[in-house]
Amino acid sequence: MDILREKRAEAEREWKDFTSDKKSRVMVGAATCGRAAGALAVMDEFKRLVKEKGIDAEVVETACIGLCYAEPLVEVKRAGEPSVLYSKVSPKDVAGIVEKHLVGGEPCIEKAEAVMSDKPFKGIQTFAEHPMMRLQKRVVLRNCGVIDPSNFGHYLARGGYKGLENSFSKTPEEVIEEMKASGLRGRGGAGFPTGVKWGFARASKSADKYIICNADEGDPGAFMDRSVLEGDPHSVIEGLMIAGYAIGANKAYIYVRSEYPLAIERLKLAISQAEEAGLLKRKFENGFEFEIKIKKGSGAFVCGEETSLMASIEGVRAMPRPKPPFPANSGLFKKPTNINNVETLAAVSSIMRDGAASYAALGSEKSRGTKTFSLAGKISRTGLIEVPLGTKLGQIINEIGGGCPEGKKFKAAQTGGPSGGCLTGEHMDLPVDYEGMASAGSIIGSGGIVVMNEDSCMVEVAKYFVGFTESESCGKCVPCRMGTQHLHLILEKICNGEGEMEDLERLTKIAMTMKQSSLCGLGQTAPNPVLTTLKYFKDEYIAHIKEKRCPAMACSGLITYEVDAKKCTGCTVCERVCPTGAISGGPKKVHSIDSDKCISCGACYQSCKFNAILRH
Amino acid sequence: MHGNVYLKAIFKRNALEKLNMSESKNYRDILEKYEAKREYLVSAFQDIQEKDGYLSENAVKESADYFGISKADAYSVVSFYAQFKFRRPGKHIIRVCKGTACHVRGSGTLLAALEERLGIKEGETTPDGLISLERVACLGACALAPAMVVDGKVHARMTLAQLDKILKGLQ
Repeated sequence: MDILREKRAEAEREWKDFTSDKKSRVMVGAATCGRAAGALAVMDEFKRLVKEKGIDAEVVETACIGLCYAEPLVEVKRAGEPSVLYSKVSPKDVAGIVEKHLVGGEPCIEKAEAVMSDKPFKGIQTFAEHPMMRLQKRVVLRNCGVIDPSNFGHYLARGGYKGLENSFSKTPEEVIEEMKASGLRGRGGAGFPTGVKWGFARASKSADKYIICNADEGDPGAFMDRSVLEGDPHSVIEGLMIAGYAIGANKAYIYVRSEYPLAIERLKLAISQAEEAGLLKRKFENGFEFEIKIKKGSGAFVCGEETSLMASIEGVRAMPRPKPPFPANSGLFKKPTNINNVETLAAVSSIMRDGAASYAALGSEKSRGTKTFSLAGKISRTGLIEVPLGTKLGQIINEIGGGCPEGKKFKAAQTGGPSGGCLTGEHMDLPVDYEGMASAGSIIGSGGIVVMNEDSCMVEVAKYFVGFTESESCGKCVPCRMGTQHLHLILEKICNGEGEMEDLERLTKIAMTMKQSSLCGLGQTAPNPVLTTLKYFKDEYIAHIKEKRCPAMACSGLITYEVDAKKCTGCTVCERVCPTGAISGGPKKVHSIDSDKCISCGACYQSCKFNAILRH
Repeated sequence: MHGNVYLKAIFKRNALEKLNMSESKNYRDILEKYEAKREYLVSAFQDIQEKDGYLSENAVKESADYFGISKADAYSVVSFYAQFKFRRPGKHIIRVCKGTACHVRGSGTLLAALEERLGIKEGETTPDGLISLERVACLGACALAPAMVVDGKVHARMTLAQLDKILKGLQ
């Protein structure tokens, strides 16, 4: 593309200069998670000290590199040396790092996580050999945490918009064929082949067509899309343009959660940069013209369902409608519409840049390419990862995630959020791809993996998810509206020790009814957490019902706490951590728990160093 | 008609609350940024809420007039979405994440502690109008659970000690 030629050449020069060995540089990871951990204060401190000491070093903001457990992360590069990644940096560590490393040339080994080079440096392991990185393959996350996401030039210099250029050298039909050849399947959860979907929308005849990027990442426990939008917004915009060209759409909406303010800010900036560069709102020589608008979501999980999402953009209640007609024929404003998820679009730009073959070479037979996952819950290395599909569950949990912290035992991993199911220790050799997950009764979904250990009660977890879908059910169809309510009521009863064995049959019956007769994906998948926990952890249900006992000691209705007067030293720790003020005693006196006020949260139990809190 | 009765009841409660935040008198400036097409209805409400902190009865009425729809219709749309509030929030807003990762890492304890310390339940505002306590769908800061947001700032890896420090700072 002629319009980008000059800009790209300039960007490449700038990038070369930016990454050159000759300059010192500090890069602070300041995506939402980094900021929550205090990255902005760390960045300010670096800026202040670098200025004060007159050091010739640039302090730059980048996004999330994925090692969220170690936030705030800072890369420090001294002229002529490789860049060292520091973890858990607090403002008070900054002076030491500046003094010792930037000025003195000695990296602070104790804070160093890895070195961003292909060789170890002064005893620090390389980033590629970092246990969390070793098995990863970054396609979608290629730029996250590497570039400054607000710098258009950085994206260009790393091959940005080359995918669009390559697409323009093909016919739209050829682009769709390329997409089919890559084997890319929709990363929003359903896993439908992207090329085939585009083919349907292409075949619909209409002067106006729409393409929508679904960035309403609603699964609790999932943050892949947020990281991509915050860390590499142009990859999504480029993907949207390629999709628009392929299906013949001229207008696009990005529907993004309002809970992601930083992602919205980055998207707005990226769109204005693309407009300024002449990529958007301008007719290309091949006649293609494209416009992107941002629509902020308003907190409705059901918008993950495409017909609901479209209703929401149209300004009505976001309720799904039966299909057909499919969006490819009659979607937004009754025009042919294609909806893709953030990650899918970010993969599209990379596939069109590097060719379908290199993408198809990754992954397993029917599930090609890579998938991002967010690791959260009771796992040592929480964060964002990208692995070839077909990587084994055990590799993800134990090798990448480092297993459960504090030596606790792994119990289950919930995948696919409230629509997914749980996997157990038996599934460690299960290939994590669309087929493998389906065989175990779960789904990949959008890619959230929440790990539970021995302290998590699976009945309570099922109750949590059903409680979530109950409040998010739009209420349009009876099976979902009533089904989620009744599942929730029964699970609550069981958790309080008031369940009966017949309840298990009731749960299954309601669950199956919902699966078969709900109108949309929300209701059809909402019973999955119940069904999989019933399948793999039936003994826990039975213990709650027959023995009135919660094996994981997590259901507050079934446990009581008291102070062991012989062991209590009167250290007051429990008194201070009690959220409801149920513990009294005072210094050096034996404490006691007021059972009326106690909510059985277990905070005292966990904090007592003398094992003086008894749990029944 | 029923919609209107319900609306009145909800907004009447608002009128009884004497708080020092004032509602915009004129919504025209916000509304006129948008074409009077239904697809901009939600966006306009988002802008109004951003300015006022909630949607007053007047805001719903004026917006409905501007977009040429009935008040009940407008209310049916905004009441569908969790984001919109019809009561004036406190000066500070604390939102506890109810995501899965936060749940398994103890957001329930965090919420219980907040309810105890503030003397209000989730969804309520302290009588002096200082603090509102809300829950929020997953913030996406799952790797640093449990998380909460105070006036737009995300606080991660929350502990009770940290909570007390934050609460002390709110005036």
